[in-house]
Amino acid sequence: MAQKEIEIILMRQLASYLSMPIFVVDPAGTLLFYNEPAEALLGVQFDEAGEMPMAKWATIFRPTDDDGRPLPPDALPLVAALKMRQPARRAVRIVGLDGVPRKIDVIAFPLQGQGQRLLGAAAIFWDVNAK
Amino acid sequence: MKITLWGTRGSLPSAGPETVRYGGNTSCVEVRTEDGSLIVLDAGTGIRRLGAAIGNETRRLHILLSHLHMDHIQGFGFFDPLQRPDLEVHVWGPPSTTHDLRTRLTKYLSPPLFPVRLRDLPSKISLHDVSIEGFTVDSVRISCGLVCHPGPTVGYRIVEYGAAVVYLPDHEPALGARSFPVAPEWTSGFDLAKDADLLIHDSQYTDAEYEERPGWGHSSIRQTIRFAALAGVHRLVTFHHDPSHSDDMLDDLMDDARRNGPMPFELIPGQEGMSFRVPR
Repeated sequence: MAQKEIEIILMRQLASYLSMPIFVVDPAGTLLFYNEPAEALLGVQFDEAGEMPMAKWATIFRPTDDDGRPLPPDALPLVAALKMRQPARRAVRIVGLDGVPRKIDVIAFPLQGQGQRLLGAAAIFWDVNAK
Repeated sequence: MKITLWGTRGSLPSAGPETVRYGGNTSCVEVRTEDGSLIVLDAGTGIRRLGAAIGNETRRLHILLSHLHMDHIQGFGFFDPLQRPDLEVHVWGPPSTTHDLRTRLTKYLSPPLFPVRLRDLPSKISLHDVSIEGFTVDSVRISCGLVCHPGPTVGYRIVEYGAAVVYLPDHEPALGARSFPVAPEWTSGFDLAKDADLLIHDSQYTDAEYEERPGWGHSSIRQTIRFAALAGVHRLVTFHHDPSHSDDMLDDLMDDARRNGPMPFELIPGQEGMSFRVPR
């Protein structure tokens, strides 16, 4: 497997030390990493989930809007940030792989390196109903 | 290729009786390719003595800067060949996200930090922002990649006839890792260093010093050895020695490293004046 870009390596290292959930994907949208706080909301450890294509992670958590309508991948902030190369935000209802439904607020942003190279995107998110 | 170390010290020139063997000059390495090209890795104070050793028959050379910290460019203005109008000099180095190499380099090579402006040097100097995709120098392919060190910093991999020399003078692949090494794909510099015939790598600190300075962009000797083992290199040259480390202390650190067991490569304490053939 090819080495990740240095910016992505540093992003993962930073995320692994932060206490807010962070989710990182590559330019193709493939999930590269999420941290321990994210594991608590997604209901599965990253080591179990592993890297997965966008088509899988964009559906496996069953994202819907507030009215329960399924959200297509393009409606997810992380996919929008990746495709539009600009920050995106919205609330999303998901069902973690532990079977627990949650409403999360997501802020996603593209990761751009020198020469405007698109390196991927990252999202921070939190449970809006958490005390 | 023939590789010669002209400056092995990190951070600050450190002349004195206690640094005679490892050397006090900062980063500079000469690479002479089989095809006769001259590639100079970094322009620390070691480049001054290299300049005196370059004959007038040389009409073109390439200086590859890993980054623009002072210990890697301080010798530039004292490199005598730059006074020759018949010499073609190509300088390669990393841009920042907002400034090209010329803008960044001339911050030092201009008054008040230096009396002579880059444009006033007689030789024919061309500056090139390095491309992450790599580039070609004469007949030699150079791969480069951003590596973990504060500010835009690249490492270089020079390949000629299948033999690879890799230069990572300032590198902290262990930054943020809870235990090092980690998986190769998550290790800064791995692709550059993989299976290198000769790896010249940052080994600035002891383990105790590293604990005090995480994020400063350098490695302990133990981390460097682990990185070299992960990358499967054949020879490791320690480099960028801390200015406070005397010859005796560096000897002791190398002895300690060797006592930790056999290594899957040859460990060479980098000393000013050393030369290597690649392949042997």
